[in-house]
Amino acid sequence: MLDRKLRLSSKVALRPEPFGALAYHFGNRKLTFLKRPELVEVVRRLDGAQSLRSILTECSIPQDLWNVYTDSLTRLMDSEMIDQIEEDSGP
Amino acid sequence: MTVDARPSGGALVDQFEYGLNSPICLTWELTYACNLSCLHCLSSSGKRDPQELTTAQCEDLIDELQRMQVFYVNIGGGEPTIRPDFWHLLEYSVAHNVGVKFSTNGSRITPSRAEWLASTDYVDVQVSLDGATAGVNDVLRGEGTHAVALRALDNLANAGFADAKLSVVVTRENVHQLEAFKDIADSRGATLRLTRLRPSGRGADVWDDLHPTAEQQRDLYEWLVAAGDNVLTGDSFFHLAALGDPLPGLNLCGAGRVVCLIDPIGDVYACPFAIHDRFMAGNVLTDGGFGHVWRESELFAELRSPQSGGACSSCSAYDSCRGGCMAAKFFTGLPLDGPDPECVKGNSVDALADPSRIIPSASQDHSRPSARQRPNHACDESPLSTTTFISLETLMAQQ
Repeated sequence: MLDRKLRLSSKVALRPEPFGALAYHFGNRKLTFLKRPELVEVVRRLDGAQSLRSILTECSIPQDLWNVYTDSLTRLMDSEMIDQIEEDSGP
Repeated sequence: MTVDARPSGGALVDQFEYGLNSPICLTWELTYACNLSCLHCLSSSGKRDPQELTTAQCEDLIDELQRMQVFYVNIGGGEPTIRPDFWHLLEYSVAHNVGVKFSTNGSRITPSRAEWLASTDYVDVQVSLDGATAGVNDVLRGEGTHAVALRALDNLANAGFADAKLSVVVTRENVHQLEAFKDIADSRGATLRLTRLRPSGRGADVWDDLHPTAEQQRDLYEWLVAAGDNVLTGDSFFHLAALGDPLPGLNLCGAGRVVCLIDPIGDVYACPFAIHDRFMAGNVLTDGGFGHVWRESELFAELRSPQSGGACSSCSAYDSCRGGCMAAKFFTGLPLDGPDPECVKGNSVDALADPSRIIPSASQDHSRPSARQRPNHACDESPLSTTTFISLETLMAQQ
């Protein structure tokens, strides 16, 4: 997970809330609550980033908390909120 | 808003108590006009209000909902499809990323309309039915309405509309029909949605006779627990959480915190069951727009402040039910910081029996004159004949 390239689904909108954000998927109509502002920041930085690892480092997330973030992002993938960008074999 | 008092982290439900930047569950009643006169109508609908929002005003409101990222609205009425611009507003809303679920009695869901609905994305339809049999339903909703609702569900199913909702208000008369309702929904590829009978609007006139008995509430709770996520409740029955494990949902009064209602003339109320001046937060036309009302109204700030459990705080079940439904208390004349009128611990029995209890008078009524006519024949044994309470207004006039 840490080395994957991920992106927020084009069908998802993030709405800022005092506790973090609310993510809504316009396709499957699922509503998910991101309960930490730090998680929202990580999700916002997915597009264009090299890997999840690089974002967690940039955001100064302590390494002992990385598993919390990989769990959250795995759940967001399961509900189709974020997609994995497939690495092409060539250009 | 008391943002500074908000805890950081913790359970979502604790966050919700302090309110959100925009509502999650917004109900918008488009018109007070209705072709039916259901005895328990929450909004006392019947006649159109001359001040109802124009098409342009509705579009402006949808634009604002889009800016506020309100991702979907529950449209109701009245019968919303009566508005000549209803289908236009539906398309306008979806085109502006505000999805729609609309409630209807089904009378205008023709085969061709059902086909059109099936071809749209992002629209959900909810058909109301309050008896699994015509005998039970039509007493409450009017002659022939059972057949109309079933025909609408059939038209939707035949058109390939996936997952319509069958919406049922649970009453003393239909609570034994839950399995039959489920069959009606299942056989049409629809999902059953059960909601609580509220003593709001004309519901105040019939609530005493129609709200489920304590025993029926226990049966309903068991049935809902067994049904789990297969039956929707719109978080309607959180007062039953005191009977055991919580039901699926927030189990929180969301009024003014995550929920609100916009009525046909643009008045904003704390929740769909609280159409009364006491719970009016402002107006979208005269108070700076919906967003301003949502963020700045004094009423909503009050509802988002930590609430005292009042008489309930010493009850062992308070953490489960949190005192129940604010609107149900208000419209039965009970204190807002005391038990729900259907408190499963029986803590409201004395207050309900108190002869000095005063039912608040309605602050709006769009009923057609015939809708409030009571049976006046001695031989009429309808279970729906009402108990008449003296209203606050009448008392004041007498002094």
